[in-house]
Amino acid sequence: MSAPNSSYDPVEVTPLRSDEIERMRDEALAAVAAARSLDDLKQVRIDHVGDRSPIALANREIGALQPQARKEAGQRVGQARGAISQALAARTAELEAAEEEAALVSETVDVTLPWDVSPVGARHPVTTLSEHIADVFVAMGWEIAEGPEVEAEWLNFDALNLGPDHPARTMQDTFWVTPEKAAMVLRTHTSPVQARTMLTRTPPIYVACPGRVFRTDELDATHSPVFHQVEGLAIDKGLSMAHLKGTIDHFAQAIYGDGMTTRFRPSYFPFTEPSAEMDLLCYVCHNEPDAVASCRTCKGEGWVEWGGCGVVNPRVLIACGVDPEVYSGFAFGIGIDRTITSRYDIADLRDLFDGDIRFTEPFGVEL
Amino acid sequence: MRVPVSWLREYVDLPEGLSTEDLAARLTAFDLKLEEIVSSGISGPLVVGRVLALVKEEQKNGKTINWCRVDVGAHNDPSVPDAPGEDVPSRGIICGAHNFVEGDLVVVSLPGTMLPALGFEISARKTYGHVSDGMICSGAELGVPGDADGIIVLAPGSAQPGDDAVALLGLDEEVLDLEVNPDRAYALSLRGVARDASIAFGVPFHDPADLEAAAVPSAGPGAYPVDVQDPSACPVFAAVTVTGVDPKASTPAWLAQRIELAGMRSISLAVDVTNYVMLELGMPIHGYDRDLLQGTLVVRRAAEGEQLTTLDGVTRTLTSADAVVADDRGPVGLGGVMGGEQVEMTPATTDIVVEAAVWGAPMIARTARTQRLTSEAAKRNERGVDPTLGARAVRRVADLLVEHGGGTLEDGLTLLGEPPVRSDIVLKADLPARITGVDIDTVTAVEALEANGCAVEVDHEWLTVTPPPWRPDLTDPYDVVEDVLRVVGYDQVPSVIPVAPAGRGLTTAQKLRRRAGTVLAGEGLVEVKTFPFAGPSDFDRMGLAPDDVRRRQVLLENPLSAEDPGMTTTLLSGLLRSLALNIGRGHADVHITETGRVFLPRAEAAEAPVYGVDHRPTDTELAAFESALPEQPHHVGLVMSGERVRSGWAGPGRPATWADAIAVVRHVATSMHVDVTVEAAAVAPWHPGRCAAIVVDGETVGHAGELHPRVLKAYGLPPRVVAAEIDLDAVIAASPAVGPRPEFSSYPVAKEDLALVVDASVPAGPLERTLASASPLIESARLFDVYVGSQVPEGHKSLAFALRLRAPDRTLTDDDIRGAREAAVSAANQATGATLRT
Repeated sequence: MSAPNSSYDPVEVTPLRSDEIERMRDEALAAVAAARSLDDLKQVRIDHVGDRSPIALANREIGALQPQARKEAGQRVGQARGAISQALAARTAELEAAEEEAALVSETVDVTLPWDVSPVGARHPVTTLSEHIADVFVAMGWEIAEGPEVEAEWLNFDALNLGPDHPARTMQDTFWVTPEKAAMVLRTHTSPVQARTMLTRTPPIYVACPGRVFRTDELDATHSPVFHQVEGLAIDKGLSMAHLKGTIDHFAQAIYGDGMTTRFRPSYFPFTEPSAEMDLLCYVCHNEPDAVASCRTCKGEGWVEWGGCGVVNPRVLIACGVDPEVYSGFAFGIGIDRTITSRYDIADLRDLFDGDIRFTEPFGVEL
Repeated sequence: MRVPVSWLREYVDLPEGLSTEDLAARLTAFDLKLEEIVSSGISGPLVVGRVLALVKEEQKNGKTINWCRVDVGAHNDPSVPDAPGEDVPSRGIICGAHNFVEGDLVVVSLPGTMLPALGFEISARKTYGHVSDGMICSGAELGVPGDADGIIVLAPGSAQPGDDAVALLGLDEEVLDLEVNPDRAYALSLRGVARDASIAFGVPFHDPADLEAAAVPSAGPGAYPVDVQDPSACPVFAAVTVTGVDPKASTPAWLAQRIELAGMRSISLAVDVTNYVMLELGMPIHGYDRDLLQGTLVVRRAAEGEQLTTLDGVTRTLTSADAVVADDRGPVGLGGVMGGEQVEMTPATTDIVVEAAVWGAPMIARTARTQRLTSEAAKRNERGVDPTLGARAVRRVADLLVEHGGGTLEDGLTLLGEPPVRSDIVLKADLPARITGVDIDTVTAVEALEANGCAVEVDHEWLTVTPPPWRPDLTDPYDVVEDVLRVVGYDQVPSVIPVAPAGRGLTTAQKLRRRAGTVLAGEGLVEVKTFPFAGPSDFDRMGLAPDDVRRRQVLLENPLSAEDPGMTTTLLSGLLRSLALNIGRGHADVHITETGRVFLPRAEAAEAPVYGVDHRPTDTELAAFESALPEQPHHVGLVMSGERVRSGWAGPGRPATWADAIAVVRHVATSMHVDVTVEAAAVAPWHPGRCAAIVVDGETVGHAGELHPRVLKAYGLPPRVVAAEIDLDAVIAASPAVGPRPEFSSYPVAKEDLALVVDASVPAGPLERTLASASPLIESARLFDVYVGSQVPEGHKSLAFALRLRAPDRTLTDDDIRGAREAAVSAANQATGATLRT
């Protein structure tokens, strides 16, 4: 280092000449640009802006200049250093990004490898359809009622206008509990839940009753001794078949989509009068003229049978403690299993009940 | 009810050109639901042929065939056919049957004819060395009555060769098979269906029961003596006697065809005529061979244990609930249900007592049910017949017997009793509108009811309805509404959504059962639905002890299989069967679950009460149902077999273990904020050393663990299957209305590990809980290692716990931490004798 200049004489210090500074700067920038890695760059930093770098050494010579020249030289060195720092920072960012990218590339995996180590659960469609139906009625302000499956004969039959000698009682092939005088049955329908609801609540009553029921049918492709129904019951002042139709139509739309409709045909059930069978517009062909003839689902009818319904027989109201002079009501029921088999085109009802996991799995946890 | 359309048209002037489909659709809308339209299904050229020549040719197989030349009129082959005899236009046909000769008129199905009985289309084919250009038909091939095996030979002169045989044989008849509901008894007759058709189409009806008044006989010397001792069993009894019926007289073809089309078999003239009139009028008729009767016919209740062999050959033991017709020797018929074998009409019968009686409908239903005997008569009598028909029905039978059997109607009618008096139905005129929601005014309602045969009186806003005798089902105002509505049309009912009051949504139990289902699916379990039937063989395979309470079942009177005599007491019975099925179908990793009720009988056998139905039972009476019915709690069951974590490219998996079974039920409980403790237990069907009792609030609510190897062997299952079953209702009952308040400190945690040496028999679970509650500063204690080996004394194990310590209000000091740790060690020592491992 040259000694401080106090003579104010113009002195020339070679390293501080502008062409020298520019040369140092350009060499540094070239080295930055040539760096291929962050390690290269570290060396460039030491060589060109470190304590022993030419530019640092030149900076120390500033004191050798006469005072009026120092400012200009300082600016020259500072600008050169600034340019080098900027280039270093930019190149560092570039190289960091490149190295990160290279690292990520090296960590690439085959994401298509199967990851199936945990078993996947599923819920039975009878459960999930029952819940879906319950939700439809709850959304209408209805409640969900339940009752026992081994049921008192009186609640399963007598209270529903199916007296001991009623012809309809022999139509229902009933499982009787031993001994017969115990007067208990496996409920043949969910209707005793309706009776129980009327017996224990005060109208207005709006309830849906999903549940498991029993008849002595041998198990085959279309019959099962154990199956599932959902019934609905409404008891209020001024209810008519029109309200029944409105409820059924809404129910059908909620399950099968907009535009769905139902039709009534006269029928007979002891617990309702008038009674009707309800048919659902075929949800496959929609009874469209060009599609109905070849429709496999409705077999060309345009409609599919869905369930039974009617106005609650006043005799049932009386047995269950509801005054038929004040209240009227309606009831309906559909088969849950048949809704599933027809909806999903399942040819054999037995598939629902033999417990093969491949039946349930596709249904997931909600319909 | 099978209704031949041509027969129906005899009683109702249906519109010309009305298709059978449209007729059926209208009747369906009128509550006579079409099951199917039955027809012969025969199509194509089925024609009359005359056998011109017939040559018998013996075949190598020993059979003799007939090589025939048949004249089929306009259908003859114009070229010279390969046939015996003179070369004239005709057809050559081979036939194997022999009950016809040259010159006979036969029925020929020409190539192109479809015969459903054969299931294929007839074509010309080479057989036995000749071309057979058609087929000579037997009764069986055409599905027509008569000698089924032989060739049909038509009466000479009854047709010409080439005539269409489809129409000739009535094979173009269409039959409506209608489903008749129990309230429409009248529709079990042509008369009833025709009347409904006349209302539906608004066309005239011709009542086949409208015999001229004079034709109905009155009392006379030929009346057979009858004594109705119990008019409640038999309110009306009508009978006439026809003598001298030619036992060889055959049933006219049209009559035989009608009853066969209606689904009954043609047997003999006398039997066919009684069936015909039953089909026509809906009134069951019984014919007795008068020569086999001894003394007065008595109608009475059967004596307890009295025996009768009915026409079906079954000897039946009767009770006083059944009615019988008896003569001097005893019962000769089960009243209203079936006649007795002893006095049955035989092929030699000439003198016939014809009975048409009205029976108490509920009595018939009970007899048919207890005797398990469903006859055509019982089907009608239990629903209720027109009680005014008796005399006309027997007269109708007698007329047919006289006309076709050459008999003589004896002078004198037996007619006992009167049709029961029925009450009028009184209703508000606006009831049909109120109940149906259809705008039905009084005029419309009255017209509809009158069309149905009712007499209606209108008094201001009240209607007084007198139902016709053929409608025993019309008793209540609402019944009347249905008949009005079917005339107005069910399709007129508008669609109006009722507004229910604000509801409360699902109940807590309903919500929690759903939650359990979601948790189980989230745990990878697949839900199945099995039948809740089980029996001793299940319990044996499960290794239940003879006195195990789960062997006490709700038994069924009529189980579907002797294997499963009753309702199950455990969901594992169904789940283990399903598991075996899945493994049998090649699934290795099967994790299945079921949620459903089990059935636990009351300790004391109980009977459910049966009350009247004219008023609501009292609350006390209602409570009697609940105390008699078995308990039916919802359970959750699960079984897991195979890997819980599956082996694969990422490494080895892990089998489902006893601990997984416990973890899943614990997860179900904690999802409901229910705290579960686990205790060692030894309960079948579990492995006695790998069975946990699941305890909630001190009560065992279920078990979980690995199944007993013997149980797995009995079910043919692989080793190490695990299972659990809990009483879901009990867990739900323990669920608090509001879950625990979140409580945590934001001060720093201190972690301390603790290795404790305990006797090998000390269970780890309770010790973990002891540590966790040893000091208020202990936030949690978690077992992280179990060690048995040389580093601890023989018969001991080392349990290592990680403690997390934290105070709610400050950072812990070294003294705090030391104190909590010492408290933990001392609590463990007190509880189990644990010492700190050194």
